[in-house]
Amino acid sequence: MRKLTIALALLAVIAAAPAIAAEAGPRPERQSWSFAGPFGLYDRAQLQRGFQVYREVCAQCHALKYIAFRHLAQPGGPGFSEAQARVIAAEYQISDGPDDTGDMFQRAGRLSDRFPPPAPNEQALRARFGGALPPELSIITKARGYEVGLPGGLLDFFRQYQEHGVDYLYALLTGYENPPADVKLPATLFWNKYFPGHQTAMRKPLTDGLVEYSDGSPQTVAQYSRDVAAFLAWTAEPHLEARKRIGFQVMIFLVVFAGLLYFTKKKVWSDAHA
Amino acid sequence: MSGHGDFQPQNKYLQWFERRLPVLGLMHSSFVAYPTPRNLNYWWTFGGILTVMLMVQIVSGVVLVMHFTPTAAGAFDSVEHIMRDVNYGWLLRYIHANGGSMFFLAVYIHIFRGLYYGSYKEPREVLWILGVILFLLMMATAFMGYVLPWGQMSFWAATVITNLFSAIPLVGQSIVTWLWGGYAVDEPTLMRFFSLHYLLPFVIFGVVLLHVWALHVVGQNNPTGIDVKSDKDTVPFTPYATAKDNFALICFFILFAWFVFYIPNYLGHPDNYIPANPLQTPPHIVPEWYFLPFYAILRAIPSKLGGVVAMFASIAVLVFVPWLDTSKVRSARYRPLYKQFFWILLLTCIGLGYLGSKPPEGIYVISARILTAYYFLHFLVILPLLGFIENPKPLPASISESVLKKTKGGAPAAAGAVRSPDRNG
Repeated sequence: MRKLTIALALLAVIAAAPAIAAEAGPRPERQSWSFAGPFGLYDRAQLQRGFQVYREVCAQCHALKYIAFRHLAQPGGPGFSEAQARVIAAEYQISDGPDDTGDMFQRAGRLSDRFPPPAPNEQALRARFGGALPPELSIITKARGYEVGLPGGLLDFFRQYQEHGVDYLYALLTGYENPPADVKLPATLFWNKYFPGHQTAMRKPLTDGLVEYSDGSPQTVAQYSRDVAAFLAWTAEPHLEARKRIGFQVMIFLVVFAGLLYFTKKKVWSDAHA
Repeated sequence: MSGHGDFQPQNKYLQWFERRLPVLGLMHSSFVAYPTPRNLNYWWTFGGILTVMLMVQIVSGVVLVMHFTPTAAGAFDSVEHIMRDVNYGWLLRYIHANGGSMFFLAVYIHIFRGLYYGSYKEPREVLWILGVILFLLMMATAFMGYVLPWGQMSFWAATVITNLFSAIPLVGQSIVTWLWGGYAVDEPTLMRFFSLHYLLPFVIFGVVLLHVWALHVVGQNNPTGIDVKSDKDTVPFTPYATAKDNFALICFFILFAWFVFYIPNYLGHPDNYIPANPLQTPPHIVPEWYFLPFYAILRAIPSKLGGVVAMFASIAVLVFVPWLDTSKVRSARYRPLYKQFFWILLLTCIGLGYLGSKPPEGIYVISARILTAYYFLHFLVILPLLGFIENPKPLPASISESVLKKTKGGAPAAAGAVRSPDRNG
């Protein structure tokens, strides 16, 4: 009876949570990501397409400061070969120096270089966008999320779902709409269904056909958004595949070991209460 | 509890050593021959689990420090460096970050186990108070550790928590400046927190030794709460308790691994992946989950000083529990009323945790006030009164009787035969 009371009380707490918590804007819809779940892996072709979108569109304004060109050829990533990564690196001009005469100089990128920022410093970048700062993107998918509430949040523990930031990014990129009739937006702000407060300084970055895919994937805003969100999921969590692979091995070990220990314990205690 | 004079190693070099420093005898009497009540259930395995978690945190932390830069400009970047470019750095960091949560999960179970079975009662008061000190040290360590990655939540949690001291009359602001090492949370704050975050685990380790020492002087409590009366009531620590502890530990590790390998950021806050920005306050500043009940108490009181006092009082009250509880009976198993109130207290704490995660407005504040009031009511009024009005159930004559009755396992005469004869050695 007591246990029933406790269970009922707990249920009441859990059930009451979402009713009270549903005051924020629309919740991003969950997408099916290839890298979600216990055996999830990145889709190499998708990461390469996402990289292309980043490079041709996002990189105009957004830095990717924790990613080096060598990371592109790292196992568990977009799957470029080292030679390909070298070629990509060489397409960038990197500011280096000072040289023996004390001057800075430009040179072609190398594998060890990181992606150069879109502007030499934060002030220069802000100046370009009327004071707004486009955020650095390499950990953006872990730095964003949305409130799930209690039962959903608890379920995510069992479903091992933590792709909330990627869902949000996809929702943001596809969430541009015309502002409601009663809202007058200044020319520097744009209406987005999913952005907190709806008014973002980022203009709609993607349009259908903007980036030319070579693998025949649809050239739509939805596809671009999905691909670049997946790419940024990888930049945020570059060792995800190794983590899940090792995790599975560790789990098997622990479960078998726990089983053996259980029977050991049973054997040890078998005569204790005789 | 028992002497170690008669333990003799087989190896003659070890015998030579043992005559000069009887450390093997100490280990033997503490972890092999040590008599443990035969009826301990799995709630008693969390002490061992906590010891292992302390080791896990120290080892992973020491390695993380090798790659960490404790400066305002370098901390966030060095954590990302660990996550990306240090071999298995992601694993170390996720173990350490989630290890903190696992540590608190285990300690909460350990504390509530103590409350349920009356483990704080005479003669275990000092043991219990050492436990409260350990809990406080853990909280300080965890809080300072959370500041180190220097993300938005790190920075603003540090700001909110250190600002609490400004509520102290007259000297408050001076204390805060002294804590910060400046006029705002900045690099000096980060560097001293780093230093203390490295120091405190070793202080915890020292107090753990005292905690274990005190435990071995007075002996373990057990689910019946009655004293060990004869050799029949106990079994030697090894193999009995070790076998049970090992199994429980590995089960606990399965949960730990679930977090580390599959949902390593589940318990974290996305804002802490945004570098600290003193000019931009996050919409909701929330601490890690294990501080939420205390955060709710802090915000429930309408005055700042009152909130701070209530928050610290909610922990300090635990020190007095051995004397606030007036019942002669230890275990809730034989205390029908206390048992009910124990579960209500547990739900109250969970409720406070939930409210701590919500913004301090409307229904949340009102609920938090009610639950805070109840929390103190439990310890200051209900607990002392229960001892007078409660009618405890009859206690079993001995631990062995309670066990043998439960298992219906044949002749009690055979019970003495199972233990090694040198148990009291």
